Amino acid sequence: MTEMVSLEALVASIAPGQSVAIPVDRAGVSMAATAAMIEAGLTGLHLVCVPISGLQADLLIGAGVAAVVETSAVSLGEAGGAPRFSAAVRAGSITLRDATCPAIHAGLLAGQKGVPFMPIAGIIGSDLLQVRPDWKVIDSPVGEPGKVVVVPAITPDVALFHAPEADRFGNVRIGRYRELATMAYAAKRTLVTVERIVERDLMATEDSAAGVLPGLYVDAIAVAENGAWPLPLWDEYETDGAELSRYAAMARTDEGFRVYLSTFLSRSKQVA
Amino acid sequence: MQDDRARKELLITIIAGLLDGIRHVAVGASSPIPAAGAMLLRARNDQQGKPPIKISILGSSRHNFFTNGGVELFDCAAQGRVDAFFLGGGQIDGAGNINLVGTGDYPRMDVRWPGSFGSAYLYHLIPRVILFREEHSPRVLVPKVDFVSAAAVTPEVKRRGGPHALLTNLALFDFDRNSGGFRLRSVHPGYTAEDVRDRTGFDYELPQIVPPTPAPDRATVELIRGRILDELAECYPEFARSLAAAA
Repeated sequence: MTEMVSLEALVASIAPGQSVAIPVDRAGVSMAATAAMIEAGLTGLHLVCVPISGLQADLLIGAGVAAVVETSAVSLGEAGGAPRFSAAVRAGSITLRDATCPAIHAGLLAGQKGVPFMPIAGIIGSDLLQVRPDWKVIDSPVGEPGKVVVVPAITPDVALFHAPEADRFGNVRIGRYRELATMAYAAKRTLVTVERIVERDLMATEDSAAGVLPGLYVDAIAVAENGAWPLPLWDEYETDGAELSRYAAMARTDEGFRVYLSTFLSRSKQVA
Repeated sequence: MQDDRARKELLITIIAGLLDGIRHVAVGASSPIPAAGAMLLRARNDQQGKPPIKISILGSSRHNFFTNGGVELFDCAAQGRVDAFFLGGGQIDGAGNINLVGTGDYPRMDVRWPGSFGSAYLYHLIPRVILFREEHSPRVLVPKVDFVSAAAVTPEVKRRGGPHALLTNLALFDFDRNSGGFRLRSVHPGYTAEDVRDRTGFDYELPQIVPPTPAPDRATVELIRGRILDELAECYPEFARSLAAAA
């Protein structure tokens, strides 16, 4: 049963130290929940970036919410590198779990299927195998003899994302961003913010149901208008490039980051 | 020194040549020059009645053929349905290994870059990976990368993918998978083989005669300034404006 809750209640259900899966910028990032998590003073989170992150991870790192970052990259895209991520790496203030995009997808797929690991092509020869001792190289037990990499299942405590709409039954429209479904299947709980709740049943027709994550997998939904801002939301709004550039410039120093953060949090409050 | 538009048009033309013969090329989200090269080849194939090529631009909803989420590109590559791709690197070494992670000792590196993205996987699976890095300097083209995000040659495992060529602002190199190193193919107008030697931190095979990289012919330039600019404007409006403004 999906609960309809406030943004604060949604975020209050995340406990310090939990692992939280978050999607790539274009797939629907809940920046509204990100602000609320920082406001709530959450700490020690283990971010699982599916498969990379940008502003969201950088804010959570800079604000001290994230302690462990599992990711294939953190980047602000056109706005440049992720300044708080880089600073935290240099300072040694976060634990890094460097990955490569398809390995994160494969780990979630193992989680989705309830199996302990997933084999994956490639990767051999990469130093990622040195820094990820939990990834193993095995002799393929079936088929042509040869080496293959296996990665452990990823089963996040929470999957968190933003989508355009949900219906009263907790069904959420995810379009073709199927990684949102994979995250939800693999995670123990799924929390979603949406632009709006619609009155029609999203499962009513084949057309709409095909792009929907069923309420079966969704634990709680909060309405947060413009909830991905300044990141984009498909079919709804584009990236606020000026805001991202402003962040990239200000977050170069910790002081600048603090100033940005206070403006960002107060703006998020006004919108909510 | 060539002007910036001539430089970009040359790189676009070289990339179209490197892609000749492929069916499907994937291009990263912020890679306007590789995308333009792929668009140029597509336009040429159209004009010459050759089979059309598919271009997937990651992060674009209009210019990709995927409906199965972020994993589909990687699955598609594993199935052998992606013929070419572009990778860069904060460091690229003489053995074709690339580093997208940073410099210094891991994990608390002196300089940290975003991360390996899909490179560790795609380098194994996509037959024609073009290493594209505009900056040609000893800090980029190093004898040995500080961190191997993706390895070019791995005799211990069967693979169909790997580096095909390395393209910079100065020169074009071919990669020889048997010798595991680069061979200088041509030097761009305005530079000499000595400039390339001076600014390359790794050893490479130097042929007796190094030809200049051919400049785009008139028809190619017209195609770039017409159809390609129009197509680019949809995905890379900033880049298209900068290329048009130079006129």
